Amino acid sequence: MKDIRRSHGDLHFWILLLTIYILTYYPSSAFAHVERGQATGFVTGLQHPWSGLDHVLAMIAVGIWGAQLGSPAIWLLPVTFPMVMSMGAMMGLLGIPLPGIEIGIALSAILLGAMVFGELRPKLVIAAVMVGFFAVFHGHAHGTELPAGQSGLLYSMGFVIATGILHGMGITIGLINRWPAGKIALRGAGALITIMGVTFLWKALT
Amino acid sequence: MNAQSRKNTALLVTIASLFCPSTAAAHLVTTGMGPVYDGIGHLLLTPEDLVPVLALALYAGLRGAVSGRRAMFLLPLAWFAGGLAGSTIGVDPLFPMSAISFIILGMLVAADLRMQDKTVAMLTVCLGLVHGFLNGAALRDGAGTLGLLGIMAIIFISVALASAFVVSLRRPWMRIAIRVAGSWICASGILMLGWMAKGHM
Repeated sequence: MKDIRRSHGDLHFWILLLTIYILTYYPSSAFAHVERGQATGFVTGLQHPWSGLDHVLAMIAVGIWGAQLGSPAIWLLPVTFPMVMSMGAMMGLLGIPLPGIEIGIALSAILLGAMVFGELRPKLVIAAVMVGFFAVFHGHAHGTELPAGQSGLLYSMGFVIATGILHGMGITIGLINRWPAGKIALRGAGALITIMGVTFLWKALT
Repeated sequence: MNAQSRKNTALLVTIASLFCPSTAAAHLVTTGMGPVYDGIGHLLLTPEDLVPVLALALYAGLRGAVSGRRAMFLLPLAWFAGGLAGSTIGVDPLFPMSAISFIILGMLVAADLRMQDKTVAMLTVCLGLVHGFLNGAALRDGAGTLGLLGIMAIIFISVALASAFVVSLRRPWMRIAIRVAGSWICASGILMLGWMAKGHM
């Protein structure tokens, strides 16, 4: 028994030593200057969707609702969203005004949350149109916020990928729908998203 | 040497190595890799070219092994031919071709549109000629023909890997994941068009 303990201790020692070695010989680049230029656009775009709770909740709600509706909505809604969202962003880039953007975003959280809460199953076309309609507001508000000096394409790619990851998170969460307790938990999450949407709407109106 | 002294020695060597740092590479290193490697680097570091190549490879993969194989050979050859023409004529593009490639290829992948192998091959040649032409014009005063050879090589490898990966997918949800990636490419293309219209690219 003592021998086994000793050999385990040795193993831990060598693993620790190996870790120190790997960390020592794996230096990252020295960032001697302020970040700027093309490459940072991707990271900025990747980070941006996480900075707004309204966007995060709406994206996750799309994923959860898709999972509740099952195939083909589970993948059709997340495919529809980024494509229509980019059209909304393009409207913003071309200077086409969209009234009540913040209200539209708040309503997206309220209605998508309500859909999840009620486990509502409209026709696929209606679900896709509803998701697409709100995607325009999200795109118009968030897709055009490019910091100066960064690449528009890389920012856009990062932004779209991060939005897709949020949908993926929603779908993954939504997979608990197969269990009775999971169904209840998802409906609770839907209610929470709706309540948050109401607070966003309150802020937008006041 | 017993176990304890082995540990002590190892610790000493580790601590000593901590006091021997290597030089921090705070500035760009001059490449010196030659025009072929510059061509490879150009494609890998230019999303305007790399993403359409990958999108086409994904689409060809979705259409099957025959389309994938054809794309693997046709795209580099068409790219090279277009590149030679571009380096000779050297005209700036009038249209945002990259954005259009993103949108068309992204939509094809997202929709998983059924198309004959011949049509996929024609699409491949068109993409190669257009993007190759633009690359040739851009590399005219730089890496030149050798740069185009590097681009050809990396396109061959990228298309081979990406299309073979897609062809190998058997489960339906994996193909759906590829289609979702297509929608992301299309969305990025639409945004790219918007940024171009705004004059940010």
